[in-house]
Amino acid sequence: MWQRLYEEVGSLGFVPITVAFDSAGVAAAGPWIEAAKSTYPSLIDPGHLVAGLYGMVNVPIGVWINEEGRIVRPPESAGASDGFRQMDSKTFKMPDAAMAVSRAAKKAYIEGLKDWARRGDQSPWALSEAEVLKRMQPPSGDHTLAATNFAMGLHLFEQGNPAAAQPYFAEAQRLHPENWSYQRQAWALEDPAKAGGPEFWSAVKALGDTPYYVPVEMPTS
Amino acid sequence: MATLLINNGSHPVPDSPTDDDALWLDTSTLDATTGWTLKPEGVCRDEVCVPLPHGRESEFVNSHSFNIAAFARYMGQPVLHDRPSQSWAIGEAAETRASALRSLYAPDFTLPDMAGVEHTLSDYRGRKVFLVSWASW
Repeated sequence: MWQRLYEEVGSLGFVPITVAFDSAGVAAAGPWIEAAKSTYPSLIDPGHLVAGLYGMVNVPIGVWINEEGRIVRPPESAGASDGFRQMDSKTFKMPDAAMAVSRAAKKAYIEGLKDWARRGDQSPWALSEAEVLKRMQPPSGDHTLAATNFAMGLHLFEQGNPAAAQPYFAEAQRLHPENWSYQRQAWALEDPAKAGGPEFWSAVKALGDTPYYVPVEMPTS
Repeated sequence: MATLLINNGSHPVPDSPTDDDALWLDTSTLDATTGWTLKPEGVCRDEVCVPLPHGRESEFVNSHSFNIAAFARYMGQPVLHDRPSQSWAIGEAAETRASALRSLYAPDFTLPDMAGVEHTLSDYRGRKVFLVSWASW
């Protein structure tokens, strides 16, 4: 998905680095990486290490890091928006209006990336330090305890004991309900179809007015 | 043997079947397993040394071993013990993660690509990096 962007602005000193939160590793992520034919680094993160370091609670979540290694946009939805919630869960069709909103959000985000690739810190998409700090959501004690429960769950699952893993996955979700990766990864380990199956749609529906993807705050200038 | 999950690695450690609170590691293996080393000034990792609380040293250290579970709790790190599988998991303290993020410097990491080639984020300094998560699920 990011290959076209990389081909367009990679020569300006811009590089996507994708990280697959896939506990089944290459077996799960590999076919998708091969299909994408990407020439930027496509990394595999079975333990969801990067999610913990940056506070990423879903996919796709993007973080923008400038040439000096400083974060200029903290974790936010990487162009994905809630239009998918109007999708028919059987036919996967979206109403035209929702499709238009989704496409516009993705296009705006990609245009933002291109602007940043061209202008770096001068781009209005590159936030001031104060603004990054304001938007950043550092983890609480419950969040790091959730991550530790998730790690224990993964370990027990890998040991061939999914029944023992389940309470740890459940506890991770209870402690950090905004973290969809815990829930969806646990479902996917059980059955890859389950992460996007009826349980997923029912959990998304239960959000009510709460966003699944918090809308990206775009520059006004 | 039991298993200790710490610093995103997995290490075999001795069983401690009777005590949920204590995980005693031989001090000679402490550094390789946890990154911590015992020194006269305290328990040290990288440039940081943590003095043990006065009068409570025996909770953490005896003649040849170190109670990593007690020390991690003292440091505000989550500690879990799954007794049936003899597995321990020690996470990061929230404050450690939060202060790293508040510095605004991108936390570094090393992960493999599909071919097993390792990539370290800081090797991409000098370029604008768009770090983005995805998953097959």
